[in-house]
Parts: sequence; C-alpha cells; structure tokens
Amino acid sequence: MTDSPLIEVEGLRIDLNDRASHVAAVEGVSFRIDRGETFGLVGESGCGKSITALALIGLLRQPLSIGAGVIRFEGREIQRLPAAEQRALRGNRIAMIFQEPMTALNPVSPVGQQIAEMFVLHKGKNWREANQLAVEALASVRVPAPERRVKDYPHQLSGGMRQRVMIAIALACGPDLLIADEPTTALDVTVQAEIIELMRNLCAERGTAILMISHDLGLVANVCRRVAVMYAGRIVEERGSADIFRACSHPYTQGLIDSLPRLGSRAALGRTRLREIAGVVPAIADFPDGCRFNPRCAQATEICRTTAPELTLLDAGGLVRCHHHA
Amino acid sequence: MKFGTSLIIGGALFALAIFVGLLAPWLAHTDPVMDANLMNAEEPPSWTWWFGTDAQGRDIYSRVVHGARISLTVGIVSQLVNSVIGVTLGLTAGYWGGWWDDFVNGLTNLMLAIPSLIFALAIMAVLGSGLTSLLIALGLTNWSFTCRIARASTLSLKNQGYVQAARVLGYGDLRIMITQLLPNMLGPIIVIGTLGMGSAVLAEAALSFLGLGIRPPYPSWGSMLSEAREQITTAPWLSIFPGLAIFLTVLGLNLLGDGLRDILDPQSRSQRA
Amino acid sequence: MLSFVIRRILQTIPTVLAVVLVIFVLFSVVPGSIMSSMSDDGRATDPQIAERMKKQLGLDDPVYIRFGSYIASLATGDFGTSFRTREPVTSMIAKRAWPTLQLIFAAMTFAIVIGVPLGFIAALRPGGIIDTISMVVAVSGLSMAKFWLGLLLMYLFALKLGWLPSFGYGDGGLRYLILPAATLGVSPMALLARTTRAAVLEIMTADFVRTARSKGMSETLVVKWHVMRNALVLILTTIGLQLGALMGQAVVVEKLFSWPGIGSLLVDSVLQRDIPAVQGSILVVVLFFLTINTVIDVLYAVIDPRIRYA
Repeated sequence: MTDSPLIEVEGLRIDLNDRASHVAAVEGVSFRIDRGETFGLVGESGCGKSITALALIGLLRQPLSIGAGVIRFEGREIQRLPAAEQRALRGNRIAMIFQEPMTALNPVSPVGQQIAEMFVLHKGKNWREANQLAVEALASVRVPAPERRVKDYPHQLSGGMRQRVMIAIALACGPDLLIADEPTTALDVTVQAEIIELMRNLCAERGTAILMISHDLGLVANVCRRVAVMYAGRIVEERGSADIFRACSHPYTQGLIDSLPRLGSRAALGRTRLREIAGVVPAIADFPDGCRFNPRCAQATEICRTTAPELTLLDAGGLVRCHHHA
Repeated sequence: MKFGTSLIIGGALFALAIFVGLLAPWLAHTDPVMDANLMNAEEPPSWTWWFGTDAQGRDIYSRVVHGARISLTVGIVSQLVNSVIGVTLGLTAGYWGGWWDDFVNGLTNLMLAIPSLIFALAIMAVLGSGLTSLLIALGLTNWSFTCRIARASTLSLKNQGYVQAARVLGYGDLRIMITQLLPNMLGPIIVIGTLGMGSAVLAEAALSFLGLGIRPPYPSWGSMLSEAREQITTAPWLSIFPGLAIFLTVLGLNLLGDGLRDILDPQSRSQRA
Repeated sequence: MLSFVIRRILQTIPTVLAVVLVIFVLFSVVPGSIMSSMSDDGRATDPQIAERMKKQLGLDDPVYIRFGSYIASLATGDFGTSFRTREPVTSMIAKRAWPTLQLIFAAMTFAIVIGVPLGFIAALRPGGIIDTISMVVAVSGLSMAKFWLGLLLMYLFALKLGWLPSFGYGDGGLRYLILPAATLGVSPMALLARTTRAAVLEIMTADFVRTARSKGMSETLVVKWHVMRNALVLILTTIGLQLGALMGQAVVVEKLFSWPGIGSLLVDSVLQRDIPAVQGSILVVVLFFLTINTVIDVLYAVIDPRIRYA
C-alpha cells in the first residue's frame, strides 16, 4: 500500500458535450500524487486545469463528462465505485478549496454550521458534537475567538477569514488529498502569503497531500515538490519544482517563466517590460493540429504544425511534450 | 415553454381575440342584447345555438363574440392609460430627481399598499358602473410596476455617455427624455403592458361579475358569468363559454408577454416570473 | 433585530395615513359623490331629504374639520355607522374578519403545499415531463378568472358529485372552506410554482452548491441543507405579495360562494351605497395587507442574515 500512489490519473479525457458535437476539453492527462506529496498544476485560464480537478473529486456536471481514462484513489477506480461510496470519499478523503470564498460559502447559513456538516456527514456525529468540533476546527485555522465566529455568516467575515473557513471545512475530516483551486487568487496580496503558509503547514502536520492549481508558476513551484504545466487541455511538461526554473524544456513553460518578475532583474526594477507570451489560449473547439502551442511558439517548425508531439521522458528527469526539447 | 412557442401561441390567441372583436357584428348570429326570445330560453348548445341560449333566450355565441369588444376595449385602453401614467411619472422622477422623485416614490408605494382590485372597486363605487368608469378605474390603478421600471432604467441610463452628450449638445429635457431615454426602456415596458392587459381583462370580468362594471343586459363576459351562476343547476353551459373566452384571451396575453420578454428583455429571463 | 422591527413598523405609518386620506377624499370630497351615490342609478333623491342627511352627517362642515374628526374617530377604532343597518361598522367588520382570514390562510396553505413542491420537482428535472406539465398548469392557472374556476369547481364537486356544499359558510367547518379556498389558492399556487422553480434553478448553479457537493453530500441533502433556505427568501417574497393580492381576489371568491367575509361586505356595501361600511372595509383590507408586508419583511431578516445589517 505504501508504495502505491495516493491518486493516479491515467489518460484522462474530459468531453464537452455541446448539443450535436462533442470535443475533448482535456486529453491524455496522466499524473500521480504520492501520500503527503505536493503537486502543482499550472496553466493559463481555459487550459483545463480546474475541470481536471473537478473530475478528480467527481463534480463534473453537464455539459462536461469524463470521456476516457481512469482515476485511481488508493488503487481503486473512482468512477467505478457506487455513488454512495464516491460520496464517502468526497470531502472525507479528498477535499477541495475553491477560488472565490465569498460565493463558495452558503450566504444564509452560519459558518460554524457549514463546518459542522462535515462531521455529521462523515464522522457520524450529532449536531451538538459537530458544532463543538467546528469550534476546534476554526481554532485550528487560527481564527481568533472561534466560539463566537462560528455563529457568524459569511458576509460578516473578511475574504481571508472566509478562505480560512474553507480550509477548516476541507481539512475537517483529515483528508488524504486536498485539492486547492486558485485558493488565493481572489485575496489581497498580503493575505495570500498567510493563507498559503497556513494551508501548507496544516497539510504537512497531517500528512495530507496537496494538488494545487494555479496560473501562478512561481507560487506553485514554491509550494509544491513537483509541477505539471498544462496547455490547451494537455500536460506539456512535468518536473520537480527545483528543476523547472533551472532547465525547463517546453517553450510554453519558458514563456511562463519569462513572464514572472524576478528579484533584481531589470523588469522587476521597472526598466523593461515583462515578457508576455504572444496570442491567447485557443478555445476548445479551435485547438490547432499538431502541437497545440505551435501558433504561439517562436520555435515552431513544419512538424509542429502537422504532428502532435508525445510526452517524452528526459534524461535529467521529468517529462516534456515538444518536438524540439533540449 | 420553449423559446418562441409561447410567442406564437400567445400571438395567435390574441390575434384571434382582436379578429373576433373587430368583426363581432358580422360574426354574431343575432343581436346580443335585443334578440331575446323566451321561446328559445335555456337551449343547450346545438347546431342552431352553438353555445346554447340563456334564460331570456339570447344566443350565447353572439353574446360571447360581442363580449370580446368590451373586454379588449377595456384591456387595451386602460393599459394604455396605465403605461402613459407609469412612464411619464417614472421617467420624470428618475430624470429630475429631488422632491418630485420622492413624491412619485411615495405615490407608487401608496399604490402598492392598496390591492389594485380593491382600489378599482372603490373608484367604481364613487363613479358608478359603466364603460367609462371602468376605463378610469382600471386605468388609474395599475401603473406602479411600469413606473418603477421606467424610473429604474432612467436612473441607469441618464449618466451614460450618449445621454450626457445630448445634454452637452443643448437638447432640452423633454427631447432627451423622448428621443434618448424612452426608446431604451420600451422593451420591458411593452412586456409589462402586455401582461397588464391580461390583468385588466380579468379585472373587468371580476368587476362586471360583482355587478359593478358592465351591467346586464350588455354582454360583458364577467356579467354573463354572474347571470350564469344563477342558472348553474339548470343551464351549466352558460358558465362555460364566457369563462373560456376570458381564459383564452388572458392566456394569449400572458404567453405573448412571456414570449416578448425573451426577445425584448433578455436580462430578465433568469429572473423570477 | 428589535430596532429593525420597530423601524419597519414606523415606516408603515405614513402609508397608513396616506391611505386614510385617499379613502376620505374619494368618498367625501369628490363633489357630490356621496349624494349622487346615495341615490340609486337614475332615481333622484328628494332635495329635502338630501339636505337633512347632509346636516346629520356633518357634510356642511369645511373639509379639514371633517377630515380631522374622521381621523379622530378612526383612532378610537370607530369606523362610523352603517347607512344600511344602523350598526357600527367596526362590529360589522369584526364579525366578518374571521371568515376572511380563514379563507385567505386556507388558500395560501393550499398554494404553498402544492405550489412549492411542484416548483421544486420541476426545477430538479428541468425540461422533464413534470416540469412541462407544471408550467402549463401554472400559466393556465394565472390566466383563469377566479370566479369562473370557482363556478366550474362548484358545478363539478357540489352539484354533480355532491361531495361538498356549493356555497355558504355553514357551521364554519372545513367542508365549506375547501371549494372557496381552492378557487382562491390557484393563482398564488401557480405563481409560487413558477417562482420556486426559477429560484431553485438559479441557486443550483451557485458556487456554494458545488462546495456542498464537494463535501460529499447527496443531492437530497444539498437541496435540504443549502438550496431550500436560499430559495425560501425568494419564495417568501412571492408569498407576501400574493397574500396582498389574495385580499383583492377574496372579494370575488367570497361573493361567488356567498362567504360571509369582509370581501362580500365590501361588495354589498358598494352595491347598496353604504359609504361608511365601504370606507371601513377598504381600510381594514389595506391595514391587513400592510401588516402582512411588515411581517414578511421581518421574516426575511430572520431568514437572510444579510438584510439586517444592510
């Protein structure tokens, strides 16, 4: 059991069923996360990283559905499990934090109750015990005066406090995997660091693995041990975080790195503009032939326009999907 | 209801009602008021008397056909009066603001505080029954929604570039209101007006049923039903056709209003009915 | 919370005063309205009698004095004396208040018990058979004249099947209440079904519903714990508005079923030119309507915590 991965995704395809036609929004996505590991999924909005996360926790809704591939949690195929068993995993073993803490919490229900629900659902507690545990859960995410805060409604809390509540909900049952979908994007910069620290520490203490999803390569590389970069529904590169800045192989990854401000660089001092990647992510229906990045790639050649590259294992470790990888 | 279906069905029903109303003298078999003949009293529906006859031996079909005229006149005219009042008050209140806005708001709240049928009933009590009283009573009591919409859209429009530009160009208030603001709120106003016509037809029928609107022997659908109630044991068919006529007319207007809303006022689609 | 309630109650006072003014103006100041309405259509009133009645009713006093004394007597709960029965209007209304309340609450209960679940079911399977049928029923219910529907029900259930009494209050038992309440309840039921459906459909797409699912809740629990309460806010709005509208429609239904409530008192008084009774019943209806609206607003604040602090 110990050497099998916590979660394993193989050849995942997610279809967008739009009336007559259906197209693959995500295709051939494979990765694995070990117990207690931290794994990041990076890409621009629309690259399919969020729906990949929703697929893991079984929350895809029409018009999206899993078209092919398997997701194994502790060796068991999640999609094959009966609905009740899927629900027993959801929240209990695999938990998720969403981007927008304002709308992700029910506006007409006290936050304590929204935490307590977890204990009622998965731990067989009655409401009184669950409310007591909710206070403790709120204390564990460093919310001051938790016994009073549990009675508050989401609109009475700040954005950072709300995201702490979300974390308390997600970690309430001590899950094995926490999926964090852009957990700090909607927050003030000063609060972002606090929330990330909190999340990282709590997960480290409990041995919870993290799947972090973000458009911010710097943030993800900072939090996660390994990083996968997604572009237009495919993983284009996967590496250890330590290596990715040193020696990335895919032109898209390089583009993401170049667009980050770096301490001491001319751009950070405001002398030159940050470099951006020309063009935009294509819409799902207009994915180009060949390498999907070819219209925006400076190094593209004929083969890139006709043949889709496969993921190849690099000598230095890591995977890349590019005909021209170094 | 699928998109377009309600528009087509509603439009067809309303067109039918208009057609019947306009051509009533030619469609009717007999004079709806004068042709009473006790020899033919309480005949059930047959090939001669399509919808049967009433206690006075009058042809129900002819009366229902003529009733369309009264219902549609009341529905259309009173709703026009409501729309004009509502738009005028709402537009000027939103545009000028200040004490006038407060006053109009107060008036609107007052109107909303009195159930409109009760208000209409009170006015009918003062004015006495008859077509003119009906038009006044129903025309004065159902403008508050129109007014609110007109005021709200004026408030959101008046600070937009093109309205400000018109002001800079020296257009007068009246000209700005009519040429710049009014056209931009017509969609929802027409939708509310269509639905309001339906309510007016129902209100006319209700008041006439209570004996306060159109009085017998004139063929209002409401007063026909009031007479029908007395004969429900002996001549139940009297209760069917005038009510069916009201139902189809109002159903047509409601469907038409819903259909128009999808086209003219797309933002409100997701909002509540 | 208490201050919110008090503030909300104080807000209704100007409206009540304005309504009193409108009712007074309508029946007392409009030139000749009382005198003309006291004669039945076409028949002229004897000028001497008219003169004597004017004096007796204080109609010769200046308008503001009459308004003052009207307000003063209203404040003591005195709605005047009926022209027709010589009975105090207050006691006439008091006798009829209970049947009207019975009718309205029975109708609303009928509407809620059927309309809200119908809307829920329709929303959980949008485009399904139940959805289509319930929406057709809803549009039809809204397009029907209440008294026509009542006549048809009366014919079917009372005259043909003989299950229920066709009209009257009888001993005040449930049997007498069913037909009028169902008749009155149909259009709020239709509106509630539509509103509930729209509200639930909107809420089901909300982020917090996705959060609830991510917690591992079954759809039933998602609806029970998270969708219902949010939908309730919108449903309450409709209930509040509809209770007011019911007050208006009750007039017609009471008249149809010879139900001894305020509505039929109002119609009879109008038909018989009994001005004090007309004024009194309209005022009571409006007061009821305003009270309901205030209660609904307070209920909102209880259900939706955002309102209290906004």
